[in-house]
Amino acid sequence: MAYTLTVNGSPHTVDTEPSTPLLWVLRDLLNLVGTKYGCGVAQCGACTVHLDGAPVRACVTPVSRVGSKAVTTIEGVAANPVGAKVQQAWKSLDVPQCGYCQAGQIMSATALLTATPKPTDSQIDEAMDGNLCRCATYPRIRKAIKSASGQAEA
Amino acid sequence: MNAPVLSRRLFLASSTAVGGGLLLSFDIEGEAQAAGPATLSAYLKVSPDGKATIASKIPEVGQGMRTALPMIIAEELDVAWEDVIVEQALADTKVYGRQVAGGSMATTLEWDGMRRVGAAGRWMLIQAAAAKLNVPAAELTTEPGRVVHVASGRKLAYGDLAQAAAAIAPPDPKTLALKDPKAFRIIGKSHVQTDTDAIVTGKPLFGIDVRLPGMVYATFVKAPTYAAKVASADLAAAKAVKGVRDAFVVDGGTALDGLLPGVAVVADSWWAARRGRNALDVAWADHPTSTQSTASLAAKAAEFAKTGAQRAARADGDVAAALKGAAKVVSAAYDYPFIAHAPLEPQNCTARVKDGKVEIWAPTQNPEPGRALVAKTLNVPPENVTIHLVRCGGGFGRRLINDYMVEAAFIASKVDAPVQLIWTREDDIQHDFYRPGGWHNFTAGLDAKGDLVAWRDHFVSFGEGETFVRSGGMNSTQFPAGAVPNYLHEVSVMPLGIPTGPLRAPGNNAFGFVIQSFTDEVALAAKTDPVEFRRKLLGEPRLIGPEGQNDSFHTGRMRGVLDLVAEKSGWGRKLPKGRGLGVACHFSHLGYVAVVMEVSVAKGQVKVEKAWVAADVGRQIINPTGADHQVQGSILDAIGSTLHQKITFENGAAVESNFGDFPLLRMSQAPPIEVHYLLSDNRPTGLGEPVLPPAPAALCNAIFAATGKRIRSLPVGDQLA
Repeated sequence: MAYTLTVNGSPHTVDTEPSTPLLWVLRDLLNLVGTKYGCGVAQCGACTVHLDGAPVRACVTPVSRVGSKAVTTIEGVAANPVGAKVQQAWKSLDVPQCGYCQAGQIMSATALLTATPKPTDSQIDEAMDGNLCRCATYPRIRKAIKSASGQAEA
Repeated sequence: MNAPVLSRRLFLASSTAVGGGLLLSFDIEGEAQAAGPATLSAYLKVSPDGKATIASKIPEVGQGMRTALPMIIAEELDVAWEDVIVEQALADTKVYGRQVAGGSMATTLEWDGMRRVGAAGRWMLIQAAAAKLNVPAAELTTEPGRVVHVASGRKLAYGDLAQAAAAIAPPDPKTLALKDPKAFRIIGKSHVQTDTDAIVTGKPLFGIDVRLPGMVYATFVKAPTYAAKVASADLAAAKAVKGVRDAFVVDGGTALDGLLPGVAVVADSWWAARRGRNALDVAWADHPTSTQSTASLAAKAAEFAKTGAQRAARADGDVAAALKGAAKVVSAAYDYPFIAHAPLEPQNCTARVKDGKVEIWAPTQNPEPGRALVAKTLNVPPENVTIHLVRCGGGFGRRLINDYMVEAAFIASKVDAPVQLIWTREDDIQHDFYRPGGWHNFTAGLDAKGDLVAWRDHFVSFGEGETFVRSGGMNSTQFPAGAVPNYLHEVSVMPLGIPTGPLRAPGNNAFGFVIQSFTDEVALAAKTDPVEFRRKLLGEPRLIGPEGQNDSFHTGRMRGVLDLVAEKSGWGRKLPKGRGLGVACHFSHLGYVAVVMEVSVAKGQVKVEKAWVAADVGRQIINPTGADHQVQGSILDAIGSTLHQKITFENGAAVESNFGDFPLLRMSQAPPIEVHYLLSDNRPTGLGEPVLPPAPAALCNAIFAATGKRIRSLPVGDQLA
């Protein structure tokens, strides 16, 4: 089946099975490798992208379900001013260790701050608990979200 | 046009031998050097605009060596960090010496050598400037990026000197003067990790991101019971899946860390390969280890506990007599499970095999054994195997073993295209080289004053005779060895058909738990505060063990971090019911670390409220931002595994398969962590591992303080329910 997706503002047509996860469309067919495979079952959040601004796990999102929704990946998130701010905070605070999960973390954090510009600790926990970091950079992720939201860390 | 000049490649390799002498050799090759960068050594190129390209020799797994080692070179070279471009060195031990991300050894082994690499570059630039200015080199000094003639005020930029410097014979590194640490501009100050910008913008960096023209994707299915052969395989349905190019049986061998039997599916996309795999119908042959289970191993361990040890590994004094005469005897049995590494980037590797040459892009912590394995398996000379080191999405010791590398290379040898092999998460968790489980049967004796007079640990592990399985051994120098007059370390082993291997602070990640938990029990039996009891046990500052030996233990250094963490955590303060403080201290990987945790327990659920860490890893923290990362990451890693992780086996195969049943710590479970470094007058040593071992015991001792429940078996799981 042919699907035309809007990814980071540009249209892309791919020919694949309806059940192909968006993750593998992005990685293997569109060569957008910033979105990562971690578990394949929506347990780790490494594949988080936005559909019309809402965070979804691309590893369990069939391409047939994307429809006309705008797909945003880590490669395009800087076009969103909140996304750019989040990336900047991640850089300033040197958040990553290995870095593999961080694209997903940034996508989840950007969605959080877009919906909730000044999140509390428990709102951060709730929004970010689906994103695993095996290196456990959580203290800095929390700090970076606070910083990007203009809140000083307690 | 510039004339071709000779460039010398300075091969500096720091020896892994004790003493860490530098091997220096160089070859001279004619190389046209136009306006490009001039090569001063295998580590260093300087371009006309003054940018220094510095090679990082160690694989990067998130431990920060791709930043810390170039920082050391840049410091002694005397360039501004902004003018440094870091590139990853190829895997080539002939040029670079040891290239292993493991054992927390990079800082220890490379500190001096990398300083000399930088100093050699600076020396060559100074010689070039001396010739150009016609002044003695002794009159010259440097400021970042420039050689300075103080007397005349003349300055020459490194970029303008590089071509001439590259033509100068490199110095004997042993003769070089190094900077006074007080003059450090780069070392000791936080520098954002080299790849942070690329990571946060989603640039291709990792093994799984490698793309080659014409590349195809592969998946490889192996038997759930390790090394079982393919009995039969119906490949037709898999081959019929759209996008699948081929599916074939791999005979494989019997070595658990080599190429195992299985079925490969190769396709135009990884998802097509995955669908092809789902369509496979494979029957696995019976295998002798298919009767192994967690329960059968535990039953065997219980038998050893009852019948006594196979052998004594160390016997100081007379433990039996001391226990007989003791005022108080404490016994407890501890155990811990197998656990998986589960780096977030699943195992993967990209390989191209053409005309007898093998080119590999591998996220590996340890490339050379991989090269040897690939060469042997594909029957090509090792020099025909090129290995590019790509960033690893986590390592934790898993990628010290190169099974995925040989799989990728073998599959690529059967396919007329470059192949990227990607494991599923289930493959990763079920085909790990696990941290082996183990059992410790402790008995301690206290005299009437409450001093420890006898310590016995009967360690039950895996192996045959006096040989342990990989990462299943235990050194007989674990404290309180040498500090208690009667010390007996006994060992029993049983055979194992499950792959095991090093996981962050191998061995010590378990020994820290059992020894420091049991020490707490003994302290309480002695009616002594746990910090005070440890102080008494450490006694006078002294080295236990020979000078210069890696497992020799300095009681004074441990006392230092213990006192510091007690002070910072407010040890001894009163806490409300349901809360507790726990302490532990452990020495490993040359680092001395003490940890205090504060926990609350409610409705059977543990919450770590805060952790305090004091670490002594010598006189210099190279990159504080990276160091803090390792410390905090180690603590959180330990909290996650201690509370929740285990791999169980049934029918010789792992039961857990993904993050649903093998959970990693999540954001809401991560407490704040206060980090303190105790700078001591010792050489700088690594920080990726030594912080982890004391953490599980600090946590479990805090649980005891909060609840009165002693955790003697990991994970904590629902033991408090």
